[in-house]
Amino acid sequence: MDAPPQKPAAERPGPFTTISGRPINRLYTREDIAALEYGRDLADPGTFPYTRGIHPTGYRGRLWTMRQFAGFGTPEETNARYKTLLKAGGTGLSVAFDLPTLMGRDPDHELSLGEVGKCGVSVVSLADMERLFDGIGLSGITTSMTINSPAPMIFAMYLAVAEKQGASWKTLSGTIQNDILKEFIAQKEYIFPPRQSMRLITDIFAFCAKEVPKWNTISVSGYHIREAGSTSVQELAFTLRDGFEYVQYGIDAGLDVDAFAPQISYFFNSHSDFFEEIAKFRAARRLYAEVMREKFKAKNERSWKLRFHTQTAGVSLTAQQPYNNVVRTALQALAAVLGGTQSLHTNSLDEALALPTAEAATLALRTQQIIAHESGVTNVVDPLGGSYFVEKLTLDMEQEARTYFDIIDRMGGMVEAIEQGFPQKEIAEASYRFQQSVEKREKIIVGVNDFVQEDEEPIPILYIDDSTANRQLARLDDLRKTRDNDKARRALDALRDTARGTGNTMYPLMDCVRAYATVGEMCDALREVWGEYEEVPLI
Amino acid sequence: MSQKIRVVIAKPGLDGHDRGAKVIARALRDAGMEVIYTGLRQTPDQIVGAALQEDADVIGLSILSGAHMHICPRVMELLKEKGLTDVLVVIGGIIPDVDIPKLQEIGIRGIFLPGSPMQQIIDFINANVRPRAQAI
Repeated sequence: MDAPPQKPAAERPGPFTTISGRPINRLYTREDIAALEYGRDLADPGTFPYTRGIHPTGYRGRLWTMRQFAGFGTPEETNARYKTLLKAGGTGLSVAFDLPTLMGRDPDHELSLGEVGKCGVSVVSLADMERLFDGIGLSGITTSMTINSPAPMIFAMYLAVAEKQGASWKTLSGTIQNDILKEFIAQKEYIFPPRQSMRLITDIFAFCAKEVPKWNTISVSGYHIREAGSTSVQELAFTLRDGFEYVQYGIDAGLDVDAFAPQISYFFNSHSDFFEEIAKFRAARRLYAEVMREKFKAKNERSWKLRFHTQTAGVSLTAQQPYNNVVRTALQALAAVLGGTQSLHTNSLDEALALPTAEAATLALRTQQIIAHESGVTNVVDPLGGSYFVEKLTLDMEQEARTYFDIIDRMGGMVEAIEQGFPQKEIAEASYRFQQSVEKREKIIVGVNDFVQEDEEPIPILYIDDSTANRQLARLDDLRKTRDNDKARRALDALRDTARGTGNTMYPLMDCVRAYATVGEMCDALREVWGEYEEVPLI
Repeated sequence: MSQKIRVVIAKPGLDGHDRGAKVIARALRDAGMEVIYTGLRQTPDQIVGAALQEDADVIGLSILSGAHMHICPRVMELLKEKGLTDVLVVIGGIIPDVDIPKLQEIGIRGIFLPGSPMQQIIDFINANVRPRAQAI
């Protein structure tokens, strides 16, 4: 190619790189995408390999689901927040649980000190789940629950609430995150060792295929991988490779790929580098479709289509000049929409300081509504398709992700790669590199390492006091006095028996939940049989 | 010969978000300090035990979950019980403004919010660590 040499002298010093450190050329031309074949690599929206989107009509058919993640304090407080969000035009619920619930500990455990109701809602037993969805018909909404190690227990509680409301399981729709691999890789909310954790997941696949067919059984998540400091390509590669691991384990457990793959969904981060993020979403769809069809021999089109939720990057929010976060979030949300997301959470401006206030959460929802109804971007499907730059980035990211797939395949799979600490080390390196580039001011963060403002006025924040912990502790005490303890004990014994054998754990868990066994008791029963995972701390 | 400053970086509570703890652990190590990272889910007892065993000059706590007002007083109490009152305790994480004076009052000397430059933390430790570690 005969492009004239670029003149660096005419440019600012740079470096001209993405937030992930990817060098970017001054200009992209048709030469950069000469290898691209429209029918094979792009195709019209709704057509394999779905680079341009999984629906032929894009957002003209249906807008994305505006799903704001929320949860704090007692179930009653969170229930009130849900009713506010639904009234403000939110179209789906998304439950944030507190750390004791996420880690399968009851509020009276030593490590629950100071954590009850702080980062999410405290759910101890079915009684709390009943309070959480009081007055909200489960057959009429879709609910996403961010729960991983104790996903089977929490999902069982949700199903039990549906039973009590008279809603058929066949009609229920929603998602449990249930993605343990990214917990080992990034967020570290694991309980059981990897292989037993994988069994719980394939048990849910099998249970739902039979009993709750519309439920999204897993939301394979890159979000936390990115928040932990990965690059954009690492997020793409590790997330999809996690997804393939679940598919392989499902097949190995004797399931037909098309019986469970259509219920697998994904969850990505939308970070600040606008075009790199859009390319990531497009590359993800193409890669997924190709691997599902070619490697796993899925025949159902629904198994090929990558459906995903997106959340804007929490890690990009700054405590300094917090109103700037509204602008960051709007740009990140726009990237997710231009990348064709199926649902979206926009972060609130105050989240580098605390959980969001109701006002901040509403403004975050309004940001999505402005993109949907005022910006005009929803009139057309994949508006950036064919852009030299975006298509080249999409191609590059796809190839780089495939390189990671090869490395992980050679290690024997993702479980083995995690056991060797491979993705963990890659992410730690990337996050340290990024921090250094901020320190050196190669990357500017407005209000943090440039355009700094002294003497800022504090903004109002949500403060969670200890009344939640006290209330949940009292309730736990009361529960243990008033429930049929023999029934609970028998159900927990049956759960242990199943865990020792090979049966599906979801059935005894339903009985535990109906007997008002607590999250801590159910997880302890499995800890006794399976042990707990401990990671080797690496720095 | 100057002796290396010994730092225990700890993540108390149930939270697993360890990006900040790991980045700062590495930055302090690159700045010439001896860094011991405890790993996740440490109780105040375990943290103070590690500080004692490692003869730490500094304890760095990383807390993002909002549990700091429970964990920090317990760590400070235990340090006092063990006679480790000259250990410099710093905290990084999501700390609401209203809690900052309360933490300072119980003896947490450095409080670093999101966006704090690593160099600022390194400089703070160098300026405030007990003298014995600086030069012998």
